[in-house]
Formats: sequence, C-alpha cells, structure tokens
Amino acid sequence: MAETRIVTKRLRDHPDDSWTIDRYLQTGGYEALRKALTMTPEQIGEEQVKASGLRGRGGAGFGTGQKWSFLPKDVYPRYLAVNADEGEPSTFKDHMLVERDPHQLIEGVVISAFAIECHQAFIYLRGEFALGAERMERALAEAAERGFIGKNILGSGFDLDVVLHRGAGAYIAGDETGLLSSLEGERAMPRIKPPFPAVQGLFAKPTVVNNVETLSTIPYIIERGGEWYASLGVGKSTGTRVFSVSGHVERPGNYEVELGTSFRELIEGLAGGVPGGRQLKFFIPGGASSPWLVPEHLDAPTDMDYVQNELKSMLGSGAIMVFDQTTNPVQVAWRIAKFFAHESCGKCTPCREGSTWMEKVLYRMANGMGRPDDLDLLLDFGDNIVPGLNAPFAQTTICALGPSTMSPVVSLDRYFRDEVLQMIGAPAASAVEST
Amino acid sequence: MTDQPMSQWPSAGEFVIPVREGPERVRITIDDREVEVPNGELLIRAAQDHSVYIPRFCWHERMKPVGMCRMCLVEIDGMRGLQIACATPVYDGMVVHTQKDNVRKAQDGVLEFLLINHPLDCPVCDRGGECPLQDQTLAFGPGESRFVEEKRHFEKPIDISDLVVLDRERCIQCGRCTRFAAEIAGEPLIDFGGRGELTEVITYPDDPFTSYFSGNTVQICPVGALTARPYRFKARPWDLTTSETSCVTCAIQCRGAIQSSSNQLVRLLGVDSEPVNQGWLCDKGRFAYEWVHGEGRVREPMVRQEGQLVETTWPLALDAAADGLRRVLETHGPESIAVIGGAHGTNEDAYAWARFAKGVLRTDNVDAQLGDGLPAPVVIGMPRARIADLDHAAAIVLLAPDLKEELPVLYLRVRRAAEELGVPLIDISARDHGLTRHARAVVRHLPGSAGEAAAEAVAKIDELSAGRTGDVVVVLGRPSLAEAPEATVHAASVLAQRSGVRFLSALRRGNVHGALDLGLAPGFLPGRVTLGAGREHYSNVWGAAPTASGLDTEGILRAATEGSIHALVLLGADPLADFPDRALVRSALEHVDFVIAVDAFTNASNRNANVFLPVTVWGEKSGSTTNLEGRVQRVAQEVTPEGTPMPDWRIAGELALRFDADFDLETVPELQDEIGKVVPAYTGIGASLLSRARDGVVAPVAEHHELLVLDAAALPLTGASWEPIRPGTIASEEGLASHLGTGVVESSGTGSSTTVKPGLTEVEAPAAPPEEAAALGQAARAAGAELPELHAWDGQAEPPSPEPRDAYALRLVVGRNLYDSGRGTAGSPSLAPLAPPPVVLVHRADRDRIGVPDDGQVRLTSSRGTVILPVRADAAVPQGVAFLAFDAHEPGAADLIDIESPVTDLRVETLR
Repeated sequence: MAETRIVTKRLRDHPDDSWTIDRYLQTGGYEALRKALTMTPEQIGEEQVKASGLRGRGGAGFGTGQKWSFLPKDVYPRYLAVNADEGEPSTFKDHMLVERDPHQLIEGVVISAFAIECHQAFIYLRGEFALGAERMERALAEAAERGFIGKNILGSGFDLDVVLHRGAGAYIAGDETGLLSSLEGERAMPRIKPPFPAVQGLFAKPTVVNNVETLSTIPYIIERGGEWYASLGVGKSTGTRVFSVSGHVERPGNYEVELGTSFRELIEGLAGGVPGGRQLKFFIPGGASSPWLVPEHLDAPTDMDYVQNELKSMLGSGAIMVFDQTTNPVQVAWRIAKFFAHESCGKCTPCREGSTWMEKVLYRMANGMGRPDDLDLLLDFGDNIVPGLNAPFAQTTICALGPSTMSPVVSLDRYFRDEVLQMIGAPAASAVEST
Repeated sequence: MTDQPMSQWPSAGEFVIPVREGPERVRITIDDREVEVPNGELLIRAAQDHSVYIPRFCWHERMKPVGMCRMCLVEIDGMRGLQIACATPVYDGMVVHTQKDNVRKAQDGVLEFLLINHPLDCPVCDRGGECPLQDQTLAFGPGESRFVEEKRHFEKPIDISDLVVLDRERCIQCGRCTRFAAEIAGEPLIDFGGRGELTEVITYPDDPFTSYFSGNTVQICPVGALTARPYRFKARPWDLTTSETSCVTCAIQCRGAIQSSSNQLVRLLGVDSEPVNQGWLCDKGRFAYEWVHGEGRVREPMVRQEGQLVETTWPLALDAAADGLRRVLETHGPESIAVIGGAHGTNEDAYAWARFAKGVLRTDNVDAQLGDGLPAPVVIGMPRARIADLDHAAAIVLLAPDLKEELPVLYLRVRRAAEELGVPLIDISARDHGLTRHARAVVRHLPGSAGEAAAEAVAKIDELSAGRTGDVVVVLGRPSLAEAPEATVHAASVLAQRSGVRFLSALRRGNVHGALDLGLAPGFLPGRVTLGAGREHYSNVWGAAPTASGLDTEGILRAATEGSIHALVLLGADPLADFPDRALVRSALEHVDFVIAVDAFTNASNRNANVFLPVTVWGEKSGSTTNLEGRVQRVAQEVTPEGTPMPDWRIAGELALRFDADFDLETVPELQDEIGKVVPAYTGIGASLLSRARDGVVAPVAEHHELLVLDAAALPLTGASWEPIRPGTIASEEGLASHLGTGVVESSGTGSSTTVKPGLTEVEAPAAPPEEAAALGQAARAAGAELPELHAWDGQAEPPSPEPRDAYALRLVVGRNLYDSGRGTAGSPSLAPLAPPPVVLVHRADRDRIGVPDDGQVRLTSSRGTVILPVRADAAVPQGVAFLAFDAHEPGAADLIDIESPVTDLRVETLR
C-alpha cells in the first residue's frame, strides 16, 4: 500500500527546500495559474472544480464548487478567507502544507480568487504556527515580487491582494463565522446563519471560506482537469486526502491517500499498526469532535458518506487517533471534553454551560468518584445540546463545537457502556439482566 | 413599532437576515392557530403580537437578534432540528410549534444549563420578584437541579461604572448589556472576556465604562447581575408602587415609570415610547429623582421678618405676597413687576402663572428662559419637526449644543439615524462634540459666524440629501452661551430659506417648551399667539391682558438694575446659577424691592426673598408637560410631600384670589379642560384626551391627529379639589387644619398608573379606531377657527457683526456638561460626585503657546471680567477657541461672558 501524493508530493520529494520559490517554480509551480488566467471564472468554477467533486477538507466536507456558486450575482466586493486555523486536536496536515509548501497554497488562492472574482484574500493562520507564518510571509513577498499576486497578475489584468492574519489562539476561530468575526477584529464568536458567509460574510460582503488543503488542491484540478480528480477516490468522496494518524501507532504522521482507502490500510499499513503487540481498542476517525470507531470498523472505507451514514461518525478533519488496549476510554472522553469546555467561546448557553458540566462529571467518573447514573445524566443533558444524539447532528447551538462535546460520551455509551459502569462500580447492564 | 420587520434592521456592517419573497402580509400557523403577520417579521415578535410568548433572554425589542441564549427554540415544519425564533423571519405558510414535547424539553434544557452555575441567591437579589430568569424558570423550567458539582465563582460585586455594579456569578451571558453599549449607546466599553464557563462581562482597564447611559444596562439585564448603586438593596419589587410619568430632567421628557416605597422615590425605569425615548433613559434622568428628597427642601411657607425668613402659615404668606405685589402695582404700575422662570413646572403651573401675571397683574415681563435659550418668537413660531422625523429625514443638521451632554436620549436617536438608518448628518459647530464623529459633513466656524457656516452647510445638505425623501431636520439650540443668540437665529434663517426644512428645538430645560407655549414668554399669550393677536381673546376670557409688550429675562434684569422693576417673582428660577452674566443678576437682585420665591429649595438667587412659597415638585404632583417636539404628556404623582408645599398653579390661583380674580380652577383636570378650551395651540387637549392618548398629544392636535393612539377606554379621572384659602383668614391652628385638610394635596389619581415589569412585555389594551382621532382633530380645527391665529416665525434675521478675533485672543465657547452644579446633579448624592471640576479646554498648540502644562492655572480676561482657572489641552477644541462648561461655580463662565457683545474673546495669561 502506497500513498497517492498530490498536495504532499513536492514536500516529500524535496524535504530540504520544498517551501522556496525556486523549488516551486522548478517543479511546475504557478503553471496552473497561467493556465487558469486564460480561462473564464465559469470554466474554472463550474466546469473544473464542480466536476472534480472536491469537498471541503476542513471538516464539514461541503462541495467546494457548490460553495462558490452560492455567491450572489453582481454583489462586490467579495472576499476569500483561507481557513488555516487548524486547531482540531490531532490534526496536523494544514500545519505541514503551510510550512512546507506555502506557494502551492498561494497558487490555489489566486486561482480561486480569480474564479470567484475577488480581489482581496485573507489567510487566517493559526497563531501558534510561527514557522508557518514566517515561511508564508516570505512566500507572499516572493509571489508579489514575481507578479503572482498584486496588480495585473501575469499581465492578465487581474488584481489580488493577499493579507496574512495570525490568530490569537482560539479554537473557535476555525469555525467559518468565528473566523470572520475574528478577522473583523471582534472576539471569535460564531454568528447566526443565515445570513451565510457566501451572502453576507466578512464585513457583510459575500465571502468564501476555504480550507488550506482544499485550496492547495485547486492548482492540480486546473492542471489536470476536474475529471481526472473525480476519477480518484470513491463515490462522492473524490480525490485524495491527507490523513494525520497519531496515537498508539508505530509511525505516526501525515499520509495522503485516495479517499476510500480503508482505515486498516492507514492504521496498520501506512502507520505500522499498534506497537508492542498490543491490541487496538478504539480509534477516532476524524478529529476529536467525531464519534469513535472500534476494531470491527477497520475495514470500512474512508468515504465521507459511508462513515457518516453507516457508522454514525464522520471523517471530519481527517485526523485518526489510535488507542490501544491499555487506554481508559473515560479518561480519553474527559480529556476531550476538557478541551471543548476550554475552547467553548461562551456564546450559546448549551455549549458554554453543558461542556463544562460534562467535563466535571467525566472528571469524577475518570477519578473514582463516578455515580451509577452519571453516564445517563450525561446522555440526558447532552440530548439538550444534540437532540437525538446522532450524526448528522441536530443541534441547539450556533456552531458545531457544542455538539462535538457529546461525541466522546455517545461513543462511551455505544461501545464501552459496560466497562464504564463497571469502573464506576455500578452493576453492568448485562449483569442486571442476568439476575 | 417600526415600519419595517425587525429582521431587516440593519446592523453593524449592514447585516440583515434574508427574508423569503412573498406578499407584504403572510399567514403563518403557530400551534395550530393561523395568524396574519408582516412578511419577514421575526418569529418571536410575530408570535408575541398574537399572544404567544416564546421565552427569551438575549433578545430585546430594541436591539438586533444575536441568538445566543438559545431559549427561544421552536420547531418549524420543514427545517432540521429546532430553530431560534429570535432570528428566524416568518414566511408565507410557515408552521411553528412552540409547545411540542421536544420544544419544551429543549427549553427546559436551556434553563437547566442557565441555572447550574447561577447562585440562586434570589432572597438577597434586587431582581428577585421581577426577574425574567425566575419567571421563566417557573413557566418553562425544570423543578430541581441535577448539578452536584461546585458552582462557578467570581469576586463580586465589582464596579463596571460609577453607578452600576456587576455580579458575575448571577450573569447568564446574554450580552444585552454589551450589545446595548455598542449598538445603542455607541460606546463599546463593556465586552465579554474569557471563554466557556468563565465567560464574563469585562471593562477595559484603560477605558472605563463612563457612559451616560449605563443605567439602561441594569434595566435590560434579565437577571440581577447588573444593579444600580442608588437602588441596590433599597426595596423589594413587591413593595413598590408605580406610576407612569415623564422624566422632566431635560426637554425630551422620556417616558418612565416612577416607583416608590414607603413614600420615597426609589427608582425610575424607562418606558418604551416609540415616538419619544424608545425605552431608554440617560443616567441623569434615571437617578436624579434623589434630589426630590434632597437636603434643604423648604417645606413650609416663609416670610421675611426682621431680616430673617421665618416659617409661617400659608394664609399669612399668601397675604404677604399679595400685599407686596399690590403695593408695587399701585405705586409703579404693571410694568414694574416681573416673573422669571416656570420651566420646571407643569403646563398647568405655567398656564395659571401666565393667567395670574398677564391676566391679573397685567404685566408682560414674564420669561421662562434665563438668557440661555433662543428668542421666544423663533422657538414658538418655527416650522417644527418631531423626534421621530429624525429617523427618516432627508438630512439632519445640527445647529445646537452638544446633544450628548444636554439632551442625551436625543443624542441616541440622532446617532441611530446617522449610523444605522443612513440619514446624512451635517454638523455646524465651533468644536467637536458627541455627534461629530457620526457626521458626514462638519462645517466649522468661529462663534459669531454661524450664518456663513449655515450657508456653506446648505450646499452640503443639497449634496448629501440628493435622492432622499423627507424633510431636512435642523436640530436648533443655543450652541454656546458665550455667543449671542442672534448668530444662531441668523444661521437658522439661512437654513430656513431652503425648502423642506423643519426645526427640532434643542432647548434643554425640563418643561421650557410647555412654559413658552402656555404664555410664560414676553410678547406672547398662552397657545403660541402673540400679545397683539391674542389680547382681545384673553381679555374676554380672563377679563384683562397686558397692554404693552414686556421684557425678556435679560431685559428684566437690566430694568431692575436701572430701578424700574420693583417686584420680582422667581418661579423656580435661580438666575445667579443659570443666567450667563452673573454680575448683571447680582446687581438686579440688589435693586429689586420685593422678591417672591416660588421654589422647593433656597438658592443663591432667592435667599433674600421677602416671601418664600414652597412648591411640590416632580413626583409629588400630577399634570402635563410639553416636550421639545411639542408633545403633551402626563406626569404623575407618586409620593406625598412632607410639610405643606403646594403646586405652583394653586399658588397662582390663591394669589389671584387676593386680587379679586377667582380662577375657579381647583383640580388639574379642570385646568387641563380650560387649557383645552381657550388656549389656541392646545385646543382639544383637555383632561379626557390626555388620559386616553397613549403616546401623548402633539400640539396642535388639529394638525397632528394622525399621531394619536387612543386607548379605547379613558382611565378614570379622580382627584380631590381644594378649598381656596380666603384672603385675611385668621391662621389659628384649627382654622388652618380645616383649610389644609385632605384637600391640600391632590390625589395621585390623575396620572395613569400601570405596573411596569422590566423584561416582560405587556399585552396592550385595545386601541380606539383611528377615525376617532380624525374626528377629534376636526373638532379641534373647528374650535380653533374661532381663536386667534398661531404665531409663525417669518424666518428673517439680521446677521450679527462680531469684531474680528485678534490673533492673541481665544474665542470662548460655553456649553453644559450633563453633570453640573444644577439641582438634578448636585442634589442627588449618587450623581453629585460625577460632576467634573471646572477646566478651560483649548487646542494643544494654544496651550503650548500659553506656556502651561495641563491643569495649570491661567488668568482669563474678557471684556466683562477676570477669572483664574486651570487649562487643559483637548482634541475636540480647534485652535483659536476655548471651551468652558457652564456651571454655578464661582469663578466660572458667567463671570466672563459679555452678553452685550455678539461673542466673548479671552486674553489668557500665565500667573507669573
């Protein structure tokens, strides 16, 4: 089993200088931009990007071409915001793409901006990415110097200004509208939709927000065609994805594979499986906010729709976290809940209060102070954050952070209920039945 | 409330919630009941209009939806999950469920979340008993808590402003206060800090929440997190009685609900009146009720005996006052008597005093203004705009003092029009002020040359209002007390030449417009008619009227100095504190033989009065007042005064009786009915109409009947009448008791009394059909046809000719600060410390030229006098200008202003 490298090809082939403009140009960089500038915006958006079936790589998996087509006609200016605020625990793909191949992202940004007729783009970069910021800043200067951004790009008459904005450390700035609020200088608090960003986004103007990996893919779709891209992958999950595999595996890291590749191939093949001969206990398929999966799901394909509809989880940000037999699942649930409680922006009541309540109860449970009905209590008030407790989420909050808090608890209930009850000292459900 | 659905209120950056296309009015189904509502209206409001109350905390009718408390979740057919009613516009065919199990469970869940960290200290919380969280928990919430963890803790309470304290443990993070500060007040000085459970309302360390509107955050807080220092721990809501009234701290006359406990005023809440204050109050208005119970109230009549004012009985005091007046009248004639003041009373007070002064004493030397306003012929006769016209004006022109300081709630309205409703704002001023940053065009001028600035502004108006409908509204006041009013009147006349220009008065003193309308102005008789036009009418009605036109306050003071005024009535006036030229007042008071003080407090001006007649004040008496747009609204009596003070109108009647004139007006409704019958601009505005008109009545009703919203049934009018105290009554203990019995104080029945529950909207009483208002208007027009014609300002004025400023001098601008030395601030313990100390503000370059550091003392010399005051650089003041706030303190602006000159220039020297 090998990777299918598209957006990670250059950085793997040239680990020492993949981020320099010279290397980028030498490996065919900015050729897709030259080609795109000879096309019309419709040809790029409608004919190529839509046809490629490319779906957002940030987590929600919304069709990129479709998102662009929501922009209202004849309303200008429009803005493009690059979501480089990668903060989902265990996700580290955008981090790598920004640091190791900044020009690839810039090229994707310019092509996309041209396609949506926008002249001002913002790269919202996670504040902690110091090296990424440094390299991106230099790359932007280089691109400007060579006429890939700025006025009259490559003589086409198309202008684009790109601003690098560094975040200040809030996970919620990675939410689409939270990011826009933050860019506007406010607290990163998500806002009510509608209006959707495509209609009234940044400074109330039509705005497209796309993920780093999504935009980094665009040059290849232009270069080789949407149909080529659509031929990769499976079903409606076309192309490749960069999976960040971490946890109890031999070789943690980013692996770019065609969508549809099984979890087993990623975890046991590419990442080398659980070390020390220990057994896999469970894994998280799409970042901390996704419900967990267990060994019986290893052969399932990394197909966004399959994971959502059949496994009631999600491929999310493409971060696979692996846990072996030594793991206490309640401890993991508590740690994840603690993250979300800490990162809740405080806007919506159910998330602000619910996430902390959940963290406090899980803390007790994980530290020998659990009560027999704690798990049911969590499920019951959790149902007031995520009515139905099932993917696809129905939610009582504005953004998906609140519902994310529930994923670990739902997972405990699905796969580890007996273990949890035993741990607390309550009679296990099966034991109750047998008496 | 507004003519567009709330979903379409533009917000910062023009966000609006998209609305589905459809007919103007659509049919929706709420809980199986079909109702018709405006398309695009927010569901929460549409439901409320049809008596379905969807619970909410963060949503407020006067602010944009933010959708954060998640309390208003409902189910809408065809939408996934539950939706928030506060941010969902209705569309045709929408089917809503507010009572289904899943909805109830979600609402129950949100309340449970809100309560887990709430301290539940209701027994010691000011909000307990009127708390939306309590109420909604009872109606929608769970019965018990499943939360066994430690609750969140914060240090508490902490001050967030000079008047407001915050309990962060009670806070439910609804953002009403923070949004009020940013959206309504335009002062984003409180915000959220922290995240998640530790989210808290914070102030910025270097930028404190010094807002004139901070009290509003307390009123709209849905829990007891924000409390106001003046009311904290003063009363329990169930012990309060409430009357709806108007605040008369300034001339906007915001609607409010005054509350008392144990006969003490303890709180004033804003009442949402769309045409006036939209629910807001400024902090001065909100907390200035304290002065009513302040130190130094005069509670019994006094007469001067052997150089001292000594308490006496009403019969003796009234007789003494009448005797003094009679002596002067007989010796020197009516022109030797003058009345200054009256702007603090009610319309009934003003009418009775106008009738006494002009119809009985026959003097026209009567002026409610204290030389700090504009000429009465302009104010009374200018083509008027209403406050609500600001919202849709073609343009707004400011030719006025700093509205933020002098008419704060009008500032909110103008700011909203400029910032949110897109009305172009043009500022004609000598310096920056609170609204300058919202202006699209600023025309700077030196004091004295406002006319040229106005000519320049006309071009800006044309340019900025192009393509807009509506009138141009000029907010017209006295921009500077150091500039003679002629300059402002000339500027107004320049603006008046343009078609479609109307004026909104920015005179600030409480009921000054009511006083002018009802005859307390020289050259005028009640009802906006000139002496010439109205003499015959009033001679018939009153039996007499002045023969010659009289003097304004400046003229009166000058005449007194020259020895031709022998008796002076100070009707709630303190000219030493308010008139721009202190030396003139001092000299006038020294020359007058006989002074009658009709006031609630002694002050510098009335300290030497011969007779002191104590009056009831706001909160202690009912009646009506007229605001700066000409809207007549009622004020209510909420408490009974200590001692035996009388309403001003009754004192006028008692004195008239001593001149053989029996007004036969014994209750406020009787006075109102006489005004409604005989006073031209007030025709039809009698007691019955006032009691039924929900938002008051804009005078004249013949022209403005379309603004009337009438309640179907009149509120009952009750009120004891008083028995007149006959002249020469022997003031025995028994005799006094029989006269002063129960009748001396009116009952509170003439004010409409409603219970106002903050946070919860009441279901309104049914309104009468609009035809009735039209009929009333027609009747008023018919009745008015028999009466003298109303005065109209001809819009002509000569420009003043100020001397050019010499390059070394600074031209003086004098305005007022909201918190000053006046009774409202100085007499209210909570507000008094907020008054800033006197300081002269100049441009940095001028300060450097003078050669002193900030707050260094300098000697200021004008043609009138010399004072020593500190000076400070201020970014709002242009070069060549010095700003000094007007204030009663000595030394102060009143020692510098040269009222004989069009402008006042200062020489500034260091003390070396």
